[in-house]
Order: sequence, then structure tokens, then C-alpha cells
Amino acid sequence: MAYDKFNILKSSAVPMPIENVDTDQIIPARFLKATERKGFGDNLFRDWRYNSDDTPKEHFVLNNPIYSGKILVGGKNFGSGSSREHAAWAVYDYGFRCVVSSFFADIFRNNCLNIGVLPVQVSPEFLDKIFTAIEADPKAELEVNLPEQKITILATGESESFDINGYKKQNMLNGFDDIDYLLNIKNDIEQFAGNTPL
Amino acid sequence: MSKTLFDKVWDSHVVQHIENGPDVLFIDRHLVHEVTSPVAFLGLKNRGIKVLYPERTFATADHNTPTRNQHLPVKDKLSANQLKALEENSKAHNIPYWGLGHKKNGIVHVIGPENGITVPGATIVCGDSHTSTHGAFGAIAFGIGTSEVEMVLSTQCIMQPKPKRMRINVDGALSKAVTPKDVALYIISQLTTSGATGYFVEYAGEVFRNMSMEGRMTVCNLSIEMGARGGMIAPDEKTFDYIKGREYTPKGQDWDTAMEYWKTLYSDDDAVFDKELSFNASDIEPMITYGTNPGMGMGIQKYIPLAEAVEGGVATYKKSLEYMDFNEGEAMIGKPIDFVFLGSCTNGRIEDFRAFASIIKGKKKADHVTAWLVPGSHQVEAAIREEGILDILQEAGFELREPGCSACLAMNDDKIPAGKYAVSTSNRNFEGRQGPGARTLLASPLVAAAAAVTGKVTDPRELMEEAFA
Repeated sequence: MAYDKFNILKSSAVPMPIENVDTDQIIPARFLKATERKGFGDNLFRDWRYNSDDTPKEHFVLNNPIYSGKILVGGKNFGSGSSREHAAWAVYDYGFRCVVSSFFADIFRNNCLNIGVLPVQVSPEFLDKIFTAIEADPKAELEVNLPEQKITILATGESESFDINGYKKQNMLNGFDDIDYLLNIKNDIEQFAGNTPL
Repeated sequence: MSKTLFDKVWDSHVVQHIENGPDVLFIDRHLVHEVTSPVAFLGLKNRGIKVLYPERTFATADHNTPTRNQHLPVKDKLSANQLKALEENSKAHNIPYWGLGHKKNGIVHVIGPENGITVPGATIVCGDSHTSTHGAFGAIAFGIGTSEVEMVLSTQCIMQPKPKRMRINVDGALSKAVTPKDVALYIISQLTTSGATGYFVEYAGEVFRNMSMEGRMTVCNLSIEMGARGGMIAPDEKTFDYIKGREYTPKGQDWDTAMEYWKTLYSDDDAVFDKELSFNASDIEPMITYGTNPGMGMGIQKYIPLAEAVEGGVATYKKSLEYMDFNEGEAMIGKPIDFVFLGSCTNGRIEDFRAFASIIKGKKKADHVTAWLVPGSHQVEAAIREEGILDILQEAGFELREPGCSACLAMNDDKIPAGKYAVSTSNRNFEGRQGPGARTLLASPLVAAAAAVTGKVTDPRELMEEAFA
């Protein structure tokens, strides 16, 4: 049992219509020095969020009080770069439970799924509709329905379905993680290892 | 049935296939470093379990380590704490630990091959995206997150959906001063940083066949920068010559058995790829990046593209140039630079130092340039001394630092100051990657060397011609 269960999430969203948001932006390397998984949310988007004297950058979306919610909506190729799971931890620790984009980098997507943050990949057209809806009303709510694999802009009723593999979906719904699964097939693994030279 | 190289290695490591889910993939060798492992070890502790196969696990310190005075205690408390955690975790779980000062210490992707941990046909993972480096030997190697590090420590397996297959062919002859780094930066500039997402790449064709193992490592290393999970090259005589006799490679009868298997590791003639791309070697020039992702690169003599000519969002593109303080349509040649960084898992091997030395030999470092030359490992450092490269560097006014990841990700003190320009042989030019506000120009060791002596972006071919004149 590794993380929160995810079922249906209804929330306003924070828009970040920038492409290729890389993991060095999500959490710069100098904040990777912890030996425990604590406090990463404080440094989420650190260098976009704060000036070098630690004062908030007024124009950055996380510093704008009109935007809030548990869903982060990013531009194409979100999470590219490093394998640091700290990026997903920072997203989670800040309070997001879902990231929406038209395209995710592989490792970031996996890392999210492994800690209970749902990556929802939508079409570029639907992503634009979400940005438009938030622009019209910063409090516009999205509904992310994992059982039905559907995301809806509640104000307009427009929706789109999204993909997730069946195994990961069950994990997310139940809050299970991969290690629970692997420990259950340990005998098979040991047998396999016995036949595999070093 | 015909299979690709990737399929052959992947399929032979599947412990279980989950319907409508990932494969349970057995991992032959697991590399561990100080930054992405502590939380994973904590997870094992919380579950009350030990590392399942410590003999398949290797730990080194590289990401946050200083590159000066490594014999002294590490000053930065948080870094010291992480290093101590790795040392203690390695000890508690019986994992070989090559910490600071150890003769086998160095960047994880440099020491893997050096010590024969990396072999053809193996599955290799590490909590670092540049694990793709090891694909140069015909291994499936890729970076993983900390939850996955915990998975591999506790079960020696990882759960992964099988990626799609892509083959990238580059044929023809490379021009003068075009290095493996340029080949990789060229491919990334053509594909963009997301062009290979979801794929595992095989590099094929004359150019890669003719490349040294070091060069192949540079190319495979950069696979992740076009979004690919990994890249690989079929093993050949060059591969076998490189690994033979190294500490962790098979010996005697085991070597012969392994060789029989390794010689089957190539894509069958009629194997099918989900995507196949081909490039001409003659189209590739010495490359340099001008923006804030590795896909924003071009031939060094070219001009920064206009926003309207670029695929993707104009706003994102303009934001990137604004960060770099460059303008559309400008030339890169002649732009003043402040720092040069030679090193990293991309270009921190002996061949890279040889290339750098070939340009700066008999010249002087530009006064205003700060140069950080960081070998990838102690073995690389030793070779630099033995081959007389250190003398060449010192005569030209350069100094050599101690091994580590250094300014590639600037977790230690090696940070490029805000607003300064660095020509770097590393792998990422993201905003702030080399220090908050730092501006990175990715390039080959030859381009870095040329910039180090002239103090500005310079085509290395000019200096090579001087040498011949």
C-alpha cells in the first residue's frame, strides 16, 4: 500500500501553457540533496517561482492567487529531462494529484504513476480548450474520472477519454504499488535469476 | 521469427508478461548513486527487507561530490549526509561501494564500462536518465525513478511496458571535426526533444560501426535528449575487445559461452521497426546549441532560426531565446563566452580529453575564460597523466579537477554564475541546469577547446587549419 487512492477528481486547475517543461525547472538539482521524501513542494518550480533573493516572482502562475487546484495543466512534452522522481514528489507535495498535457516524457510519466499522481494525456485541441476555459474563468473546474478514463471541462461539458494501461489503472484505483506485486511473485523471480548468469 | 536487437535482449529478460499491463523485466546489473537512492533504501527499511541480489548491485558517489580536495571532508552538509547515507546503505546491504577517493570512483556511466559491469545483452538500470550510455555495448540500459530503484533493490525486477522500436541509420563519411557529440546533437535537432519518446532506439550504419566505443557511448548517452528511453548499438569486435579482461566481465569458459550469445545480438535482416530514419553523415557539421533544450542546436556556422520557421510554440521559443539573451537570425560564431566545461557522462572519457588537447596544444587559454576540466573517473584521470595530456593542458594554462558529475548539473560548488555563458560538453542546456541563471551552449570537446582559447564561439576547423598551415 503505497499511496492515496485515485478515483474521481473534481478541481480547478493551474495553467502552464509552456512546452518542454523539463525536470530541472520542476525541481532544480540543488534541491535533490534530501535523504527523505519531505518538503519538495516548497521548491517546485523554484527558479520560475522565486527571485534569487527568495522573493516571489509576481508573474509566475503559482504566485497568482486567482489560480489554484489539484490539477496542473502543462504544455506539450511535460517532464522531459532527468529521471529524478523528486520532480513528481514536488508536484505531489505541492498538492497536485493530476497533471494534464498533450504529451509527457516517459520517465516523468512513470514516476507520477508510481507515486499516485495521475498523468492525463489529451489531444492538443482539447488541451487548448482547457487553457481557454481557464482563461475565461480561473476557477473553471475539470473532472478527471479514472474509472471511466474521461476528463471533462465542467463549464462547457466538453470531454475526452484518455489512455492508461489496465494494470496501472487498478494500482491507482486501489493505491497499490509495483513492489507489492513483485514481492508476490518472488519465487518466479528467484527461479529466473537462477537461470541468468551474472 | 525475425527480431530486432532490442527484442532479443528484452524478450530474454521478461519474467512475466501482464496482460494489458507492463512486462516484469529482470535486471542483470543495477548501478546506484547517492542522489536517487536514499529514499529507496528507506523504503526497504520500512518494509523490513534486504537487497535481493547485492552481487548485481554497484554503488558510487558522483552527482554531488566536489571536484577539488576530495581527500578532505565534504563541506556541504546536505551532500555529506547523502554520501554518508549511501556508504551506510551499501554496507548494510553488502553492496560494493566506490566512494570518494576509491580508485574505481567516478561518474556512474563512466565506471560501469571501465570495470566491465556493462556487457552486451545485459539489462542495466540506474536512477539516472543517462543510463542509456551503456547501450553502446548492445545492452538495454535506461534510467529509472526512485520508486523503481526501490523495486530493483528489493526484487531485481522492474515493471515496464515494452517501448516501440526505432532505428536511426547514419551512413557516409563524417567531415573533419565532426565528432560523435555532433552526430547526436544533429539527430536531436532533427527529431526534437520529444521525437523519440516511447521508443527504444537502435543506431545503425557506417558512422556508428566506424565509431570508437567512447564515441558510441556519447551517442547512446544522448538518446534520452530526444525523448527515447534508451539507445543501443549491436556489439562487434570493437565491443568485445573493449570489455575483454575487465574486472566484472566473464572469464575463461564463461567468456566463450557469453561470446556465443553476444554474437547473436544484432537485428535480423528482415526485422521490423516501428519507425526508421536515415541521415547522411555529410550533412553533419560541428554543432552548437543556442537555446534551452538540446533540440535547439545547429551547425556552428548557421544562424539562429526565426521563430516563424520553428515547429512548436512561438511563445516557448521566444522565452528560450530571451533567457539566453540571443536574437533570432543571429550568428553564433564570435559570441563571447565566459566558461568552458569539459566533462560529464557524455564527454568525460579519455578520447574527449585527447580531442580537447589536440586543439589547445601549443596555445593559451583565453584570459577571461574559466575552464573546468573534469575527468569522468580516476581511471580517465590516470590515462590523462600517462598519455602526457596533463602536460599539454597545463602548458596552455588549464588545470585538471577531480572526477565527478560537476557542472553538468551543478549540484556541487561547480556552478556557472547567473547570466554567464558556458560552452559545455555535457548533455543539457536547460534553464539553470548549470547554475541558477547560467546559459549553456552544448558542443563537442573540439568546439569547447576552440572556445577556451579564443574566448568566443569558434569553429574548431579554423584552429585545425592553423595547426596544419
